[in-house]
Amino acid sequence: MSRQRASHKEPVAVVGIGQTAHVSARHDVSIAGLVREAAQRALADAELTWADIDAVVIGKAPDFFEGVMMPELYLADALGAVGKPMLRVHTAGSVGGSTALVAANLIAARVHGTVLTLAFEKQSESNAMWGLSLPIPFQQPLLAGAGGFFAPHVRAYMRRTGAPDHIGSLVAYKDRRNALKNPYAHLKDPTLTLDKIQSSPMLWDPIRYAETCPSSDGACAMILTDRAGAARAPHPPAWVHGGAMRSEPTLFAGKDFVSPQAGKDCAADVYHQAGITDPRRQIDAVEMYVPFSWYEPMWLENLGFAAEGEGWKLTESGVTELDGDLPVNPSGGVLSTNPIGASGMIRFAEAALQVRGRAGAHQIPDARTALGHAYGGGSQFFAMWVVGAERPGG
Amino acid sequence: MPPTPAPTGPIRDVAVVAFAQTDHRRRTDELSEVEMLMPVLHQVLADTGLKTSDIGFTCSGSSDYLAGRAFSFTMALDGVGAWPPISESHVEMDGAWALYEAWVKILTGEADTALVYAYGKSSPGQVRDVLTRQLDPYYLAPLWPDSVSLAALQAQALIDAGDTDEPALAAVASRSRADAQSNPHAQLAGDIPSGDYLVHPLRTTDCPPISDGAAAVILAAGDRARELCSRPAWIRGIDHRIEAHGLGVRDLTDSPSTRLAAERAGAYEVALDTVELHAPFTSQEVVLRKALGLGDDITVNPSGGALAANPIMAAGLIRIGEAAARIHRGESDAALAHATSGPCLQQNLVAVLEGDPRE
Amino acid sequence: MPAQQTPALKAPLTVEFPFTRSLGPVQSAFLTGLRHRTLLGVRTISGQVLFPPTEYDPATADELRDLVEVAPTGTVTTWAWNPAPRPFQPLDTPFAWVLVKLDGADTAVLHALDAPGPEQLRSGMRVRVRWAQERTGAITDIACFEPYESDNDHQVGPHSGEFEDPVTLFTAPARLDYTYTPGRAPTDYLAALADHRIVGERCPSCRKVYVPPRGACPTCGIATAEQVEVGPRGTVTTFCIVNIKAKNLDIEVPYVYAHIALDGADLALHGRIAGIPYDQVRMGLRVEPVWSGDARYPDHYRPTGEPDADYDAFKELI
Repeated sequence: MSRQRASHKEPVAVVGIGQTAHVSARHDVSIAGLVREAAQRALADAELTWADIDAVVIGKAPDFFEGVMMPELYLADALGAVGKPMLRVHTAGSVGGSTALVAANLIAARVHGTVLTLAFEKQSESNAMWGLSLPIPFQQPLLAGAGGFFAPHVRAYMRRTGAPDHIGSLVAYKDRRNALKNPYAHLKDPTLTLDKIQSSPMLWDPIRYAETCPSSDGACAMILTDRAGAARAPHPPAWVHGGAMRSEPTLFAGKDFVSPQAGKDCAADVYHQAGITDPRRQIDAVEMYVPFSWYEPMWLENLGFAAEGEGWKLTESGVTELDGDLPVNPSGGVLSTNPIGASGMIRFAEAALQVRGRAGAHQIPDARTALGHAYGGGSQFFAMWVVGAERPGG
Repeated sequence: MPPTPAPTGPIRDVAVVAFAQTDHRRRTDELSEVEMLMPVLHQVLADTGLKTSDIGFTCSGSSDYLAGRAFSFTMALDGVGAWPPISESHVEMDGAWALYEAWVKILTGEADTALVYAYGKSSPGQVRDVLTRQLDPYYLAPLWPDSVSLAALQAQALIDAGDTDEPALAAVASRSRADAQSNPHAQLAGDIPSGDYLVHPLRTTDCPPISDGAAAVILAAGDRARELCSRPAWIRGIDHRIEAHGLGVRDLTDSPSTRLAAERAGAYEVALDTVELHAPFTSQEVVLRKALGLGDDITVNPSGGALAANPIMAAGLIRIGEAAARIHRGESDAALAHATSGPCLQQNLVAVLEGDPRE
Repeated sequence: MPAQQTPALKAPLTVEFPFTRSLGPVQSAFLTGLRHRTLLGVRTISGQVLFPPTEYDPATADELRDLVEVAPTGTVTTWAWNPAPRPFQPLDTPFAWVLVKLDGADTAVLHALDAPGPEQLRSGMRVRVRWAQERTGAITDIACFEPYESDNDHQVGPHSGEFEDPVTLFTAPARLDYTYTPGRAPTDYLAALADHRIVGERCPSCRKVYVPPRGACPTCGIATAEQVEVGPRGTVTTFCIVNIKAKNLDIEVPYVYAHIALDGADLALHGRIAGIPYDQVRMGLRVEPVWSGDARYPDHYRPTGEPDADYDAFKELI
């Protein structure tokens, strides 16, 4: 056994991206039809066929959401996986990002040349709150809905930083307006005003209804490939400059729910891989996982775009707007579209669209470097990638 | 054009350097999943002298449907001690696929060691009914065809094809349980009366026990592996393939996905002495032997296989662990380990493990 | 205090939901066809007829839309006698599971065969569909198969798949029954709660006290065992005001849902705050549990009247 250790990884390129139309209930398709729609669009973008795919990596959040245990077994046929390797990832809300990273590693490790990665959720098959709150015996009943889990952490952030009350509404207004420019986004209300958001019901004080994410059916797919595949691609690829996952326990003594250490470590790792020393200056667009609007300022700090306590000031001053100098969620983000298991991959894919120059009406001019971010569980699982227009290492 | 990947094998040498499993039991009511899992995590760490913070990557396999709870794996993570935060992932699959993901991670060079674990408690639910939820939700799941019945359809197809008969199946069962007598972790060992038909043509003895259990493996690359283990079980190749889902479109008497995975893993390029097959039903061993072209000169399932203990989600990883452990102990020089998932062997993984030549 | 040897707790856990299955065009035509006693397969590009019809070709991944009608008679390709039917299976008397290749189809469908016993069964036997009396557009519209001698002379014909009243979705109820056992540490915790005592466990390594204990210190990855009674008083570390009624919870809104660090615990647990107007609850409020009846958990926490805790004293516990 004397084969040489790899001197470097194979560069990974994103050459195809596809999303479904995201809506609250895709009653026109089966689960297979839903994932197929995203996959077919990704193949079309890459001008590839099913036969060009070496392996499939699929992710989604808990199986109870659709009531199908390990649905990848049934989806193998629809995704052209028969006779190929198929992997199924589940890392809670971060799963869409983790799935893309597992797929990217298959290329980086030179195990495969071209991989289809896909994440989905068809929430209309059941009801997310049912899936999230199965009545486990002996446990104290959940005393509040989904937002009730996050709202106390938002209050803690406000207490810690002195952020004014209106920041959350500013984020929601920005993301929902961005969504109007995204043909795939779920929530689209051209008549939306900041006033409407600020007068929407306060569900879990300090979180308002309009500051929460919707429940969507949707899927997102990407075609990842090596240098040879990228050379054949019809459109400019996005190159993966760094990818990382970090996990910390669900609940523990000393856990910082406002700015989890795993998020900081994950960001530091991807920045290091990508040679980023000043993320605020070097990153042109960010797609971050913001299920409740207040998480934008929280993650701005956690990801090193702002000093601790300063994230809300970036939001307030318009830096994160579509025309700001650090646009966050040009796609409209999770606040506008939330097929849970796919939401993380949509972040990764939208970051890639930006550096490919293929984001359409929500394109950030000259975006060269973008961050895709996903998180899940009790703010404990993080997955991120940095993608760029240039091939890493020149 | 850049160089294409070498088709002959992985770009780094990666080995299984430690393996531990629980004693598998019908019920473990007194233990939560993390309480069941922790001892095997501690054992592989102790065997290698590693701490959680030394491990480059952690990956696990488990199923929410088995547990009856969403996000069940998040609580199992408590047993790892993920602090400071760790690089970690999870597959909703048998732990053998978690091992595959970890192997890929090491190949990228981003990690030199990996902790892989898997656990499954079948005792909380009716596992035959739970597994019906794996099936096509439109055409199959509404009929609730249970896992034993599906295996029985496969067994009858084998009998009809002349590939086996009931005495041959009984022989597989008795050989497995006899071999399991030397496996201290086995749940079902020794002379078991052949029993009634559970679903004809399968008798209770043709079926796996219902098990709670967990397993853990440590992988390491190159010199690190040699430091951690006196005789590492090198992964010469590992590959997995899936087949069509519908039973009616497949030839149930064959396993082309196993054969292809074995080819890709290089199984036909080494002189295997041992095979650990993840065949929960006796009839599935017949299918796998046929697909792999195994002769009678190879030791199959010296651990007793899944017929001796079948902790779902861990049983495939245990096959890799058992094969590796034999190499560690010097009882094997080249072993094939197999894992399966889905109805009637829909998805299959093959790993080929080798020990360094003996002095 | 060492961990006790309480007998393992257990309780039933039912996971049940009526899932909505939307179908897409091929499955919709197939299931609508069943309601009309029409059996539709789908033809692949290579000319094979797949029954039941799949949306995508298993071999090539091609999208399939070319529907054809197959016969209600067919041939068993393999069988398995099921002497003890399980809940929700097609028949509640002993039956055979079969794969049946319907006349005109090249692939087999899985279903039940009603037969008196295994002795009459063989692969190759001829069967026909027995329709359900009430058909709703589901695979169970085929009640089962039954033995039936006939010739296989069916010629498949094309079918538009169009019906007047297409089934586009169906409800798929699913129920699984589990027995939940929380494990050793939670069992001890729950036993103490019955005496209105809140007992956490201390990690032997980092010395942190976990409440509720989960069996392992999550940062050290080792078992906790030393039991430590905490509280009953504690500090509200953070909270939200709930203005929307949660399902299955009979609590009048608005109410306060809070994280409470009990004295002696190293992380907060969750509870409702009452006995004070909701808009006067604040971080740092000192509270104590109020038990009611034989409920397992405190009904809520109420102010103790002590001065508020200083922010710096609890900010690490938020």
